[in-house]
Amino acid sequence: MSPRQPRREFDFSGVPERSRREFLKLMGASIALASGCSRELPERIVPYEDMPEQLAATKSLYFATALSLDGYGSGVLVESAMGRPIKVEGNPNHPASLGATDVFSQAAVLTLWDPDRSQTVLRQGVLSTWDAFRAALTARRSRFASQGGAGLHILTGSVTSPTLAAQLHRLLDKYPEARWHQYQPINRDNVYAGTRLAFGETREPRYDFTRARTVLSLDADFLRSMPGHVRYARDFNGARRPGETPSANNRLYAIESSPTLTGAKADHCRRLRASQIDRVARALAQRLGIAVESPTSVPIEAGWLDACAFDLLTRHGESLILVGERQPAHVHALAHLANERLGNVGTTVQYTNPVLAEPIDQLDSLRQLSAAMAAGEVQELLILGVNPLYATPADLEFARHLQRVPFSVHLGLYRDETAMRSLWHIPAAHELEAWSDTRAYDGSATIQQPLIAPLYGGRSPHEVLAVLAGEFEQDGHAIVRALWQGELGGDDFEHTWKTSLHNGVVPDSAFTAEQVTARLPALPPLRDADSSELEIVFSPDPHVHDGVYTNNAWLRELPKPLTELTWDNAVLMSPESGRRRGLANEDVVEIEYRGRRVRAPVWLLPGHPDESLTLQFGYGRTAGGRIAPGAGFNAYALQTSAAPSFDGGARVHPLGTRYPLASAQMHNRMEGRDLARMLPLSAVIQRTAQGAQPSKHERKLLYPPFASPTYAWGMSINLDACIGCKACTIACQAENNIPVVGKDQVQRGREMHWIRVDRYFEGSDAHPRVHFQPVPCMHCERAPCEVVCPVEASVHDSEGLNVQVYNRCVGTRFCSNNCPYKVRRFNFLQYSQDVPSLNAQRNPDVTVRMRGVMEKCSYCLQRIAAAKIASEKEGRRIRDGEVVTACQAACPTEAIVFGDLNDPASRVRIAKTSPLDYVLLEELNTLPRTSYLPAVENPHPDLQET
Amino acid sequence: MAGQEQVLGAPSSQPVLRGSYTYASITDKIADTVLERPTHWAWAVGFAVSASLTVLFIVAMSYLFAKGVGIWGIDQPVSWAFALTNFVWWVGIGHAGTFISAFLLLLRQRWRTSINRFAEAMTIFAVAMAGLMPILHLGRPWFFYWLIPYPNKMNLWPQWRSPLVWDIFSIGTYIIVSILFWYMGLIPDLATLRDRAAQRWKQVGYALLALGWRNDARHWARFEIAYLLMAGLATPLVISVHSVVSLDFAIGNTPGWHSTIFPPYFVAGALYSGFAMALTIAIPLRATFGLQDFITARHLAVMAKVMLACGLLVTYSYLVESFMAFYSADRYESFMLLNRMTGPYAWIYWTVIFCNVIVLQTLWFERVRGSPWMLFAVAILINVGMWLERFMIIVVSLHRDFMPSAWGMFYPTFWDIAILAGSLGAFALLFLLFVRFLPVISMSEMRKLVKERRESSS
Amino acid sequence: MTQSAQYGLLAEFRSAEHLVDAVKRTRAEGYRDIAAYSPFPVDGLSDALGIKRTCVPFVTLMGGLIGGAGTYFMLWYSSVIDYPIDSGARPLHSWPAFVPPTFELAVLGAALAAFFAFLFASGLPRLHHPIFNARDFDLASRNRFFLCIECSDPHFDESRTHDFLRSLDPMRLVPVPW
Repeated sequence: MSPRQPRREFDFSGVPERSRREFLKLMGASIALASGCSRELPERIVPYEDMPEQLAATKSLYFATALSLDGYGSGVLVESAMGRPIKVEGNPNHPASLGATDVFSQAAVLTLWDPDRSQTVLRQGVLSTWDAFRAALTARRSRFASQGGAGLHILTGSVTSPTLAAQLHRLLDKYPEARWHQYQPINRDNVYAGTRLAFGETREPRYDFTRARTVLSLDADFLRSMPGHVRYARDFNGARRPGETPSANNRLYAIESSPTLTGAKADHCRRLRASQIDRVARALAQRLGIAVESPTSVPIEAGWLDACAFDLLTRHGESLILVGERQPAHVHALAHLANERLGNVGTTVQYTNPVLAEPIDQLDSLRQLSAAMAAGEVQELLILGVNPLYATPADLEFARHLQRVPFSVHLGLYRDETAMRSLWHIPAAHELEAWSDTRAYDGSATIQQPLIAPLYGGRSPHEVLAVLAGEFEQDGHAIVRALWQGELGGDDFEHTWKTSLHNGVVPDSAFTAEQVTARLPALPPLRDADSSELEIVFSPDPHVHDGVYTNNAWLRELPKPLTELTWDNAVLMSPESGRRRGLANEDVVEIEYRGRRVRAPVWLLPGHPDESLTLQFGYGRTAGGRIAPGAGFNAYALQTSAAPSFDGGARVHPLGTRYPLASAQMHNRMEGRDLARMLPLSAVIQRTAQGAQPSKHERKLLYPPFASPTYAWGMSINLDACIGCKACTIACQAENNIPVVGKDQVQRGREMHWIRVDRYFEGSDAHPRVHFQPVPCMHCERAPCEVVCPVEASVHDSEGLNVQVYNRCVGTRFCSNNCPYKVRRFNFLQYSQDVPSLNAQRNPDVTVRMRGVMEKCSYCLQRIAAAKIASEKEGRRIRDGEVVTACQAACPTEAIVFGDLNDPASRVRIAKTSPLDYVLLEELNTLPRTSYLPAVENPHPDLQET
Repeated sequence: MAGQEQVLGAPSSQPVLRGSYTYASITDKIADTVLERPTHWAWAVGFAVSASLTVLFIVAMSYLFAKGVGIWGIDQPVSWAFALTNFVWWVGIGHAGTFISAFLLLLRQRWRTSINRFAEAMTIFAVAMAGLMPILHLGRPWFFYWLIPYPNKMNLWPQWRSPLVWDIFSIGTYIIVSILFWYMGLIPDLATLRDRAAQRWKQVGYALLALGWRNDARHWARFEIAYLLMAGLATPLVISVHSVVSLDFAIGNTPGWHSTIFPPYFVAGALYSGFAMALTIAIPLRATFGLQDFITARHLAVMAKVMLACGLLVTYSYLVESFMAFYSADRYESFMLLNRMTGPYAWIYWTVIFCNVIVLQTLWFERVRGSPWMLFAVAILINVGMWLERFMIIVVSLHRDFMPSAWGMFYPTFWDIAILAGSLGAFALLFLLFVRFLPVISMSEMRKLVKERRESSS
Repeated sequence: MTQSAQYGLLAEFRSAEHLVDAVKRTRAEGYRDIAAYSPFPVDGLSDALGIKRTCVPFVTLMGGLIGGAGTYFMLWYSSVIDYPIDSGARPLHSWPAFVPPTFELAVLGAALAAFFAFLFASGLPRLHHPIFNARDFDLASRNRFFLCIECSDPHFDESRTHDFLRSLDPMRLVPVPW
């Protein structure tokens, strides 16, 4: 247990009114914990740093492993405090991470410790045991074994795990009649189909933004949601450091069918309905000299396309066109062809073997399965780690057909919709609990090592498959190791194995680029540009994704990019489309599409294409934990296998009722205040040439300042690099034990995040300029909060930190009123719950706050302290980069720099010497230690954005 | 003065004491309201209502301590709302009492005599309500004493630069001095009650409170000097208290708070609302206990005039505030003002203007000043207006300050209202007990008044 | 009744003027241990009784000074000597911020001093006093004015004092028993 609550293992006080089932869950949780933690770390796993003598209670160990999303792995280092995985950091050695993470990786530890996780084997919903299941499965084997596996079907998500793939292939070799189906709600079907169209073979496109000077994104949100997005974001911004090298700067054109962070960061962004992007692609292809007949009407003004085409052509070999997974195959194919013509293949884009072990058309595979089930051919169905009852197109009626399967098995983290309706449910081991392996966007493999024994006796798919195949070895570690022994071989395998585990990447496992030659695909006839037709666009929820994270409170409460909504999903539409129908935010509408109807609240999002609706998956759950069910609406209920990504012909009926939504930001305009600055590149070049200018507010100080003799901590935030992904917010939440407050409290404006990412719209609702601004505590040298605190709870330390003394705070909240940046957070109620398993996740170095006290960003004081101890042991100063705040560590684009301002060579000091450096509300003379670098736009000279 | 009292007609020219009273009759009449007169039905009704509200107050406070201030509507950015509004409002009400009893004593205003006693009581009860609010609004109220300097193991002191600490000192001093001043004035009357009480327990009770007062000339000599000194101390004190209260806001940097006009502005507002409350109490009081001879139309009229004067000062402050907001060319200040006038809380601003500025103007008319019930209506409206003014200053300034991304709204919950209603109930309850067990008018001073009138008339 | 059983002689008058006049004459007679009682402070009465200036104002001043100086010292000592800490980069000795508490506690000290000085100087609280034994003395708090010559006065002589008081033509003349 957490060192702070030694006796709390079986004490459930603080858990809200709990039913018998919940009690059992928690009971299981704490028992598992007791065993899980009293037990040694599973032997055979290799710490990231080898420091056996430091296995002291206070010292954390880091282990390299990987966390996967839609099958694609991303390398992470997991901090383990006394055997408890408590924090996820990126793995600098891993190509998909380079030390950064996305929000999902940060939230993984919460899922791991989630007391709602399934904890027992169930048979028809009744408690059972693993042994009973194994017996039952063995019994079934005699049946399908006799028929060469006929009637045995296995459904998985996208599989990149070499071990899992090998197991499945062995199984299929053994039982040729058995079937393996793959279906991931967010899949790569269109991408792979596109490469098949263009090259005749399935390929995985891999992009290199470091070399791209002109980027055109057609509905591709490469900054946030495609495989490798963390790396892409880093590379894209690496090639865009106007503050440092203004001359070398890239330009991003984006055309999107649903507002994304990529569009928000684009120098030129156009919003179109998804079906229109095909036209634009053709019009552009034609301008790039590809023999396609240009469509009669193009929904974008010619000048825009000309400018874009010009930039692409002039940046020969340094340009890049990429297409989103939503767009149909032939648009992808056109892009591949265009990239080839532009000489980008081999420079900005490469084509490798598919990362998925079996790059089949997943939708088709699912169709076959449901047909087989309907025909009653499916005798045994193993569902490994997916939730098809919830997350499949409605027209395939998976739920109905499943009833015809006599022997169905579900392996999952939660008792979700599928678990409830399967004959058997097996609690799955979390990725941090089991041995496995996975591949990243570039094919690099990572061997996933468990950080802790399975809390709730969960099993990995490898173990289940081993049982199914009746294989002798059924231990995850042995299975995975055996495969890699075969792969890597060699007599020094032991060494390779150790280094792979230690570094978190299997050496030279990344795929090499393949030679490709693109050909012009046969283009289907264009859809007529009937603008009266209302389109719907399906997309994963930014935070709960396809539904895997719906029970993760951190992700639920994390304000979504652009909408700033928490806890629910909503139908997104443009303010104009809303106006036409007399709809306002929170109005409930009934969406009718292909005879199906769904009721959902409306959210009007500036920058959304007109006459189009964005429906996000992941909500409208009916099972899967305590907080998953009952929120939002289920977009899958409208999804059809005929048009799984987008389609026209939707209708919206206002119902006249309202559904309250919790948005974390009530006001979206800057009101002409000089907060989130943005400059054109020309101005930046000019200013950099001039050098530092005296601020227009001269600093008159009434009193002499207090010196920071030893260290002077400060932070610089680069708004040009910030893509608004909010990884910082959730990383801070994980690091600093920040409680979740719940929807009603967010509605009251009581969320607790220590670093928020402000989002402002500027300009018209149709074509808004979007600004992002992370706002942590400014650590003002003249802190207004301190003067008004009656009890010295908010004071300054000798290193310039504005520290909050929780146990001294009496909660007058005057400091919050007096904070012009409103970064202080107050525990209006007892927010931090005392749930055994959640206590186990908490950071032992950070106090858990009680109700009635104020809290706020501390510049990760505990990390500064740790670094100080380390440096003092060695009798030296803290080195630059030795203290990395949680937000800084997580940031994919290195937008946040932190360090010692007394050190003239520190990165933060250098950043602050930039002539562009500015502080918020400088006129208040609070002398913040946190300063900003403005965002920079690099528009095409011919294009005057409005 | 003497001449005026002969002329009849205009309320302002009526005497401060009507009828032909002797030392004995005036003493008996006032003492009997405490000792003899049976419970008045209006008193009983008022007692029932205020007692039940007090129960609500206790329930609300208990729930508050159990759950935390989150049961209120406060949030980020509006982390102060009802509690602080009530605080400023109650303190303000208290001020009229001290003003009447202390300041007017120094000015030798005769009309003060028959109203100072209950005005002082009003002060004490109002300040008691006010004193509760800052404690209730704490996140961890059980640590309120950390704001008071005392030797402790943590070796910590309060942070003297915080106006909240100044509050502790000023409010604490204010309530102690008010009680001393009030009690001192009561001693001779307690002796009277002691001497006139029929039942033994009353005799003993009042005797203990009277501390053995003998009406000895020596006592009177010390009494008068000490009482005068007290008045001299209370007068600057009352000015300082609301100035300090105003600094709770003026020291902050929030647009709408950070203004040098606040101290005088708040003091004027305090007297304004205080006299409104004094009228709100005096008018039903004199009707219920038949004290029209002592609290005459003259008193009401004069109080109305003071109210008019203070109200005009407040109006002037509104004007200066608006002017400075634009003249300063400070974008945040001017936005704050526009937001008050046109923002989501505009209705509050305009209600405030209506109650505190428009309605006030009726007091220019003799007829309004002469009619108790019209005065009563005006006073009620001004009470409401002044509460809303404080709400406007606190909430409407906070809900939209510097960072638009952090802007928000405040919506009161049931518990916000319960605390406000409860404090009104508790205040009324204390006052009703006061009129039942202590003389609402200073008998010794009335006797002196009788003597003076005799001399002036002869 | 015996000499020792008596505290003094009490004369009752109808009006304040009458009392003041009586007091003057009594002192002229040379009586010193005398006390006057009135239902309200009567102008000129204390002069007639020759009450000298009281210590109350001086004690009040002292109370105020001690309160104020003590407070300022505490503020200065606690924030400069005992627990210096950077709060909003304000100087440790932020005298402007020290003014309000200093003023408030000065007033408090003065007020407390004034009140207790008054009690002390008046010999209060003293719940019992022989004067209360006199018949109808309770009217002193209503509408009557009293003059008491105490037996302890050297000039006091049962019959002569009695006659003298008669000569002042009181409404009533009663002995005050112990």
